[in-house]
Amino acid sequence: MSDHEYIPKSKFGKWFNDRLPLLTLANHLTDYPTPKNLNYWWTFGGILTFCLITQIVTGLVLAMHYIAHADMAFESVEHIMRDVNYGWLIRYIHANGASMFFLAVYIHIFRSLFYGSYKAPREIIWIIGIIIYLLMMAAAFMGYVLPWGQMSFWGATVITNLFSAIPLVGEGIVTWLWGGYSVDNPTLTRFFTLHYLIPFLILGLVVLHIWALHVPGNNNPIGIDVKKPSKDTVPFHPYIVIKDAFALLMFMIVFAFFVFYTPNILGHADNYIEANPLVTPAHIVPEWYLLPFYAILRSVPDKLMGVIAMLSAIFILAALPWLDTSKIRSAVFRPLYRQFYWILVADVLVLGYVGAMPAEGLYLLIARVATAYYFLHFLVILPILGFKERTLPVPLSITEPVLGGSSNLVAARDDSRLEKLK
Amino acid sequence: MKKFLKLFFYIFFSIFILPQAFAAEKVEYLTTDWSFKGLFGKFDRGALQRGYHVYTEVCSSCHSMKYLSYRNLSQKGGPEFTEAEAKAIAASFEVTDGPNSDGEMFTRPGKLSDKFVMPYENVKAAQAANGGAYPPDMSVLVKARGGGVDYIYSLLQGYEDPPAGVTLDDGVYYNKYMYGNKIKMSNQLSDGLIEYSDGTKATVEQMSKDVTTFLMWAAEPHLESRHKMGFKAIVYLIILTILVYFSMKRIWSRIETKV
Repeated sequence: MSDHEYIPKSKFGKWFNDRLPLLTLANHLTDYPTPKNLNYWWTFGGILTFCLITQIVTGLVLAMHYIAHADMAFESVEHIMRDVNYGWLIRYIHANGASMFFLAVYIHIFRSLFYGSYKAPREIIWIIGIIIYLLMMAAAFMGYVLPWGQMSFWGATVITNLFSAIPLVGEGIVTWLWGGYSVDNPTLTRFFTLHYLIPFLILGLVVLHIWALHVPGNNNPIGIDVKKPSKDTVPFHPYIVIKDAFALLMFMIVFAFFVFYTPNILGHADNYIEANPLVTPAHIVPEWYLLPFYAILRSVPDKLMGVIAMLSAIFILAALPWLDTSKIRSAVFRPLYRQFYWILVADVLVLGYVGAMPAEGLYLLIARVATAYYFLHFLVILPILGFKERTLPVPLSITEPVLGGSSNLVAARDDSRLEKLK
Repeated sequence: MKKFLKLFFYIFFSIFILPQAFAAEKVEYLTTDWSFKGLFGKFDRGALQRGYHVYTEVCSSCHSMKYLSYRNLSQKGGPEFTEAEAKAIAASFEVTDGPNSDGEMFTRPGKLSDKFVMPYENVKAAQAANGGAYPPDMSVLVKARGGGVDYIYSLLQGYEDPPAGVTLDDGVYYNKYMYGNKIKMSNQLSDGLIEYSDGTKATVEQMSKDVTTFLMWAAEPHLESRHKMGFKAIVYLIILTILVYFSMKRIWSRIETKV
């Protein structure tokens, strides 16, 4: 990966490194040439790593006190909240951490969409990212079931029931998932096991994600290939490390605000009612980060088609590198794409909003239009745009506008999302 | 930097204001000057002790509070009864214990380590005694209702004669804050229902406020230390952020790109 051979200074270091090149790896990570014009949207990769580690560490402590049993789960959570030393803190960090994790991952994904980070040669990074996102949703969903409140129980019932839409074998699959004929203790124990497993799968995939990233190197706001190392790059340490640390701290302030001052605002009140199979809540809603997909699911009248639409909405992202036919990566030089990008952002926010509302009347109509547009964006607009759009001239290097006074300078300066180029 | 602050601002407000906009329900709840809200919110010790009084005298005959123990009453950040007072409170309850060496269950006076005594043996018994409705456990009730403390506070004062056209079955009451307006709990509070030992006048409003404060504490017994720690944590983070910001500026000043 590194362009130059690294030779440790000490004798022991050499001996060790010849057998296991950990020092070469450390050296690679320190020197890793990073485009110097990365803006703050690029700090969310580091923030996400922090989120994952936080979830794993707090989750580990919670698992020491939690009891995965239908009769005791709710009580054990209250035990954590009341009697475990700082149990309330650990649990609130874990619960709000899930939301912060998704907030960061959505920013990270939409950053990729804006700057075309999914395009060649970064398709594998992108696809691994989509798999991580899918696993995150699975982990979050199962984690929400564990406190065994009303929303846990009924959310689990609704989501697992989706599999019954599969023709012929659907009912059998649902029974198999439940380990019985309804969501019950066997469901809880297997969800707990899987909830414990998935974060480590994610961790493994994150390593692959970063590995795959370090082959071509980072994309950057102007989306051009950068010669590395060169005037256009800075070593990862200390430049990017300190910048990531600064952004992470800002993120942690928001995080802390939620944990300490409004720890329950992102959850649903019904989840403080112990699960009761005999009482259905008035509205069953998933956590906020799953709402857009929930809206897509409900906007299709047929159950099977709804499930297919919801899954396609996620899997379509994996095909994005080939659906987007434009050779230009960054939206900075794609005036039309930039507008469609913001329409897509608005569309997803609208889907999230209607996902929280009852599926009836105007809400249902809006959900259907928004769902249709979502697919239209990826399946029609993006492929056509690549051929039709007149893109702006792209600079030859990050420093080019500085030295050459190129025609791009004005365009580059105008864009507020672009790092200021002196 | 400016851009980043803007981004920070957007994130913060979109996640903070949006859910509240979603939650904008039709009913306007009553509210009062809750002492435990805000960055430095603390419980009003007197209100907690009076609230406990209302709970034992009124609520506890139907509503359990199964996650609380008598020791919690003397815990820091709670009603802070002295340990002797808490012991006396515990001892005033009969607790079933056992089996003893003869295999028999027996009753004894409560101890600090005992959980709050339940008014009914089980859910079925509670339903049978209350016309089929189960009086919900109150340990986390405040967190289990959409409107939180304001909802409970309003509900306790929301009893009215049903408007014309609404007929109520036997054992069903009209409450303007209840979901669907029909509630199986009758109006429990009336002025002067109990006598506060600290001389506070026991109006319906006062009792509602006190018992709701007590319920808030029951649901969030560590609220005070959470607020205190939160303030310290955030101040610490802000100072660290500022230091890191200047270090970053310093480090990036070695190259011509702005950060």
